[in-house]
Amino acid sequence: MKSFWQRFLSNPRVVIGLGWLALVLVVAIFADVLSPRDPFAIVANPFIRPSSSFLLGTDSLGRDVMAGLMHGARTTLLIAVLATLAAVAFGTLVGAVAGYYGGVIDDVLMRLTEFFQTIPSFLFAIVLIAVLSPSATNLVIAISVVSWPPITRVVRAEVLSVKSREFVQAAVVAGQSDRAILLTQVLPNTLSPLIVTGSLLVATAILVESALSFLGLGAPNQMSWGFMIGAGRSFLRDAWWLVTVPGIAILLTVLSINLVGEGLNDALNPRLADL
Amino acid sequence: MSESVLNIEDLTVALPSWSDRKSAVSNVSLGIGKGEIVCVVGESGSGKSVMGKAILGLLPKPHLRATGGRIVFDGRDLLTLSDEEMRKLRGGRIAMIFQEPMTALSPLMKVGRQIDEVLEVHTDLNPAARKQRVLELIQDVQLPDPPRIIDSYPHQLSGGQRQRIVIAMALALEPALIIADEPTTALDVTTQAQILHLMKELQRAHGTSLLFITHDFGVVAEIADRVVVMRHGEVVEQGTADEVLRAPRADYTKALIAAVPGLTPRLKDAAKAQPRLVVRDLEKTYVTAGGFGKAARHVKAVDKVSLELGRQSSLALVGESGSGKSSLARCIVGLEVPEAGEILLDGERISGLNRNQLRPYRRHIQMVFQDPFASLNPRQRVGDIIAIGPMIQGVSREQAMTEARELLSLVGLKPEAADRYPHEFSGGQRQRIGIARALAVKPKLIVADEPVSALDVSVQKQVLELLNELRRKFELSMLFITHDLRVAATVCEDIAIMQRGVIVERGPTAQIFANPEHPYTRSLLEAVPGKEWINSLA
Repeated sequence: MKSFWQRFLSNPRVVIGLGWLALVLVVAIFADVLSPRDPFAIVANPFIRPSSSFLLGTDSLGRDVMAGLMHGARTTLLIAVLATLAAVAFGTLVGAVAGYYGGVIDDVLMRLTEFFQTIPSFLFAIVLIAVLSPSATNLVIAISVVSWPPITRVVRAEVLSVKSREFVQAAVVAGQSDRAILLTQVLPNTLSPLIVTGSLLVATAILVESALSFLGLGAPNQMSWGFMIGAGRSFLRDAWWLVTVPGIAILLTVLSINLVGEGLNDALNPRLADL
Repeated sequence: MSESVLNIEDLTVALPSWSDRKSAVSNVSLGIGKGEIVCVVGESGSGKSVMGKAILGLLPKPHLRATGGRIVFDGRDLLTLSDEEMRKLRGGRIAMIFQEPMTALSPLMKVGRQIDEVLEVHTDLNPAARKQRVLELIQDVQLPDPPRIIDSYPHQLSGGQRQRIVIAMALALEPALIIADEPTTALDVTTQAQILHLMKELQRAHGTSLLFITHDFGVVAEIADRVVVMRHGEVVEQGTADEVLRAPRADYTKALIAAVPGLTPRLKDAAKAQPRLVVRDLEKTYVTAGGFGKAARHVKAVDKVSLELGRQSSLALVGESGSGKSSLARCIVGLEVPEAGEILLDGERISGLNRNQLRPYRRHIQMVFQDPFASLNPRQRVGDIIAIGPMIQGVSREQAMTEARELLSLVGLKPEAADRYPHEFSGGQRQRIGIARALAVKPKLIVADEPVSALDVSVQKQVLELLNELRRKFELSMLFITHDLRVAATVCEDIAIMQRGVIVERGPTAQIFANPEHPYTRSLLEAVPGKEWINSLA
């Protein structure tokens, strides 16, 4: 049997996905070095077509699209990753408690989860931002508030199946407390589906962030891909690159995350992938 | 052998490159005569099931494929037939009976229709004639009230009844050969005895040949005309049942037969005063929630059970599935809360305590679990798994780890095993780890819930010997839960027989074996597979 990493990295789709994500990550981290100027700074005439001096052209106000793309990568990724981490942490907590304790606690927590699940998530995010006022922190809050329920369901289902296994009973017989059992016996065994769901959630978070920024509800004074599309949309016929470039960036990033997520799934559950 | 129905010549089935050996079956040759029952015996991983599947062309593609040899049936080599030709043959001339009747039947189709379907696909009979034939078949497999049975869904029937339906399906087209892969392993002993009897009777009546795959020498002794012993994909020995069972030639066969637990009851040492464990009038009821107009169902798993277990003695709790023996064990170790009655350990009442109050008593009662694969946390190192109990009782981590290493060598593993993960060990080794975990807190009482039923016979013997040795060393009392009277007899000096939540008979093993009083005890003893053969060995 090959090891997890061998299985994971021998999948060509994973390699392509990881390649693009690594590129985006490097650009996001070194955006200030690669393009030291403020991305909102006016650097040239508006609507310069992609050319050797401005690789991706300039926008309606004469801002460099390339600089916007690089700084936008940073904003978009940061918000998406933080929102996902928050959603995974909260969702895991709720799901684990509901699944492990069962009974009334389970009922209450799951009804709460269903309540959040039944509200159309994008509308809910818009409402939250409208109430909280647009800012990077509030974007993270809004995105995680609308995306934790699926995590909760996955974790609860896993906990339900793991907690009936004999090694959990052995821990009870050994006298471990519920909290210790949950942390050391049950949760480590729910990791693989959690990692897969979590990684795919990053893709959704990027889409929600971009959509909110597109509507002008993104973080003010921070360049982001969604904002670029929103700002360029009225010039679609005259300056196609304003919308197309960040659009393709979003498409490729979301696609890469999905490829890597599916690769993770195949590598973590080799039997499903194999037979 | 007069006329052979099936001839396997030098069959080799290759395994995929990442497996630990090259072929699942290598150079196996065997023949099955007309009207003959050939048993293929072997432990897990011996390739016996793969061989059965190869005959039917049911190998999981593309990972397993036959790379050499021939399987000759009706003068044709089955390995060269097309999928279409194989499909016609399966169910028609060759039928198969699987281990788990619940999964072999479709849960959404009435069983009568499922038998009918076989006839519809393979014959030109009209519906009325088919129905007549289905009823005959159900009568053939001795199911009561055929019209009601054909109108039932699989879940409405018991395990034994379902297996009878599967047999009826196999017989539907009067096949020349039936391949049965562990057909009685999932059944209780008494049901197993009935099914074996039925299969033998039907096989005689129809003159069918039977290839019977099993791991249990007792079953072999009941049913086989000829025996083929397999190991690591190779045939170790073959011959008539008498030859192989009574005068085995290969060392491996000898070892396997020696590992079959005998029916010689274990004798009692001098009686020890002062019981270690007393259970009085214990009751446990499970309630299944109702809904959609169904009333809630109450199942009394344990019904006013009382028992006593002396110091350093052992009691076997024997019963079939659903007898409540596991529920009783779970109540004693505190995994379930009984609603009435009391449990006393050394005179102290431990029932009715909550988890926190129970913690100090955990060091006295420990449990060994049934499934060596599910009972160890796959994400913890073996050392941590064993050390957890002592650490909860306040032992320092270093001390607990040192003791864990000592325990590992005591149960026959290397101390270095402490740094490895459970998946690196075999089933028997894992069960040793489970035993080490139970012993880590130096308990006075061990409750063992079917600790060897998931293991191969030879491994089973080693684990039982280990338990025996440790019992003496640690001066343990043991409550041993099992469905297998043979195992109970070798391990315990006292036996309690449980049926439907009630202990119907209890006493010293020797006395119960010599003079069973309750009819249920008698039927259990009667049903032990191959008992005459086992007794003749002793």
